[in-house]
Amino acid sequence: MKTLILGTAALALTAGLAFAAGHEKTVRMGTEGAYAPYNFINDSGELAGFEIDLGNELCARAELTCEWVKNDWDSIIPNLVSANYDTIMAGMSITAERDEVIDFTQDYFPPTASAYVAAADNADWETGVIAAQTATIQAAHIAEGGATLVEFATPEETVAAVRNGEADAVFADRDYLAPLVEESGGALVFVGPDVPLGGGVGMGLRESDGELKDKFNAAITAMKEDGSLNELLVKWFGEGVQTY
Amino acid sequence: MFEFCEDPSTLDSLRWFSCYLTNGVHMQFYGSFIKVLALLAITAPVALAFGFAGAMAARSRVAPVAWFGKGYIAIVRGVPDIAFFLFFVIALDQAFEYIRHRVLCPDWTDPIRQGSDFLVCQQAKLPLGSSPEWVHETYGFFLAVITFSIVFGAFAANVLYGGMRAVPRAQMETAEAYGMTRRQTFWRIVVPQMWVYALPGLSNLWMVLIKATPLLFLLGIEDIVYWARELGSTKTARFSDYPHGDWRMWYFLGLLVFYLAMTRVSEVVLERLMVRLTHGQATTGGEAQRKAVAA
Repeated sequence: MKTLILGTAALALTAGLAFAAGHEKTVRMGTEGAYAPYNFINDSGELAGFEIDLGNELCARAELTCEWVKNDWDSIIPNLVSANYDTIMAGMSITAERDEVIDFTQDYFPPTASAYVAAADNADWETGVIAAQTATIQAAHIAEGGATLVEFATPEETVAAVRNGEADAVFADRDYLAPLVEESGGALVFVGPDVPLGGGVGMGLRESDGELKDKFNAAITAMKEDGSLNELLVKWFGEGVQTY
Repeated sequence: MFEFCEDPSTLDSLRWFSCYLTNGVHMQFYGSFIKVLALLAITAPVALAFGFAGAMAARSRVAPVAWFGKGYIAIVRGVPDIAFFLFFVIALDQAFEYIRHRVLCPDWTDPIRQGSDFLVCQQAKLPLGSSPEWVHETYGFFLAVITFSIVFGAFAANVLYGGMRAVPRAQMETAEAYGMTRRQTFWRIVVPQMWVYALPGLSNLWMVLIKATPLLFLLGIEDIVYWARELGSTKTARFSDYPHGDWRMWYFLGLLVFYLAMTRVSEVVLERLMVRLTHGQATTGGEAQRKAVAA
């Protein structure tokens, strides 16, 4: 009994030293849950996808207790900075603009290609009406170019806008669009060139959370080195995906 | 749910739908109806209480109390709901955490605001970072009830204030002639009679409240509109056993039926309530009732 108490005390002491600021902390991980294959809600109503698998593995490696939280894309950054959750893993590309407000880990998904999808091959993706999700790098890219931008709150609505003729094309991550095009039976096609945008997808954290950022960075590096990150990429995005 | 749901792609459409509509994600959708109804059931009486208190404060003879009541009514009614829901809830949450931070972590030296970050010590977090997800959800629900009650309470206060003033002056004079105090007049004469004047306005508020629940998602509560949008969106065979196209229209049609049913039930109940409240009142409605009985 005595050794048990001593052991516990020693453990508590070392644990106290290791996490001087936040002991017994659960890391709450924010995601959107509407962007397959990155993150989505499966048939049984649970979160699933590449980022869910990856996030759980990263937490296991960093020895953290993690919990997923769903949040609307529109308010995903404000809720992070007011500390309603601690990380964002929602297919969020690393950009200079976002980096001013929050911090990012290194990328866990290589810089992505964005693509145009339209209802017909001859669609006007250069100067026509292009649908994109609000506050994404794709929306920013269209706004700078010659096309007319229409913004929607969810990725689903951007694709629906093309199907019902409201927009000439939708501009989004190629990996999000690919399964939709594949299963549309020819109703949707890729048009125009692929556009490389952003600095890869990373995990978003508060600027003041340097300690947590270092832990996740270390875990991502380890997963890149032993090839397990590549395995996850192939599992969720198929053989053609860019790997590390 | 059923045994034959193992491989949905082989099923005929009736069985396919019976599996599809009973899978886990649909169960959460049905659960959200209960969540919305519970919110309405809790919010309506609380908002009415806020309204009653606001109206009483507004007609108080103590000047600061009257200013407070009138200020509450004017400010909350003037701010758009969506701004109120975005600003007030975060402010309320941060106020709670700030107070707890002051009490629980007096030795904390770091600034609470660092750039755009709002940081309090772990023990002051609400709910605690280590608490399970249902605690977070209940807390969010609680914030939603408070916010809805404050917003709708302000409207209700104005309606009740009008209702109190609409009680005929002769009734109050008679009460005074009988020697009742101001307090007695209020509780025995004004309050029982004001409802008939306030009910049309209150019923409007109730109808608006029923339809205001999508604002819940701003607070992270998944209401029926969120789930209808999520379930109706295109599902591909790679990520779901039940692939389908854009079915949002059908889900929203279902919501339309739900809302219309809610409205109809409310109308019937409010109609009956009106008949009861009109009984014996010095209004045209009360007069008509009296004549109908007499004839």
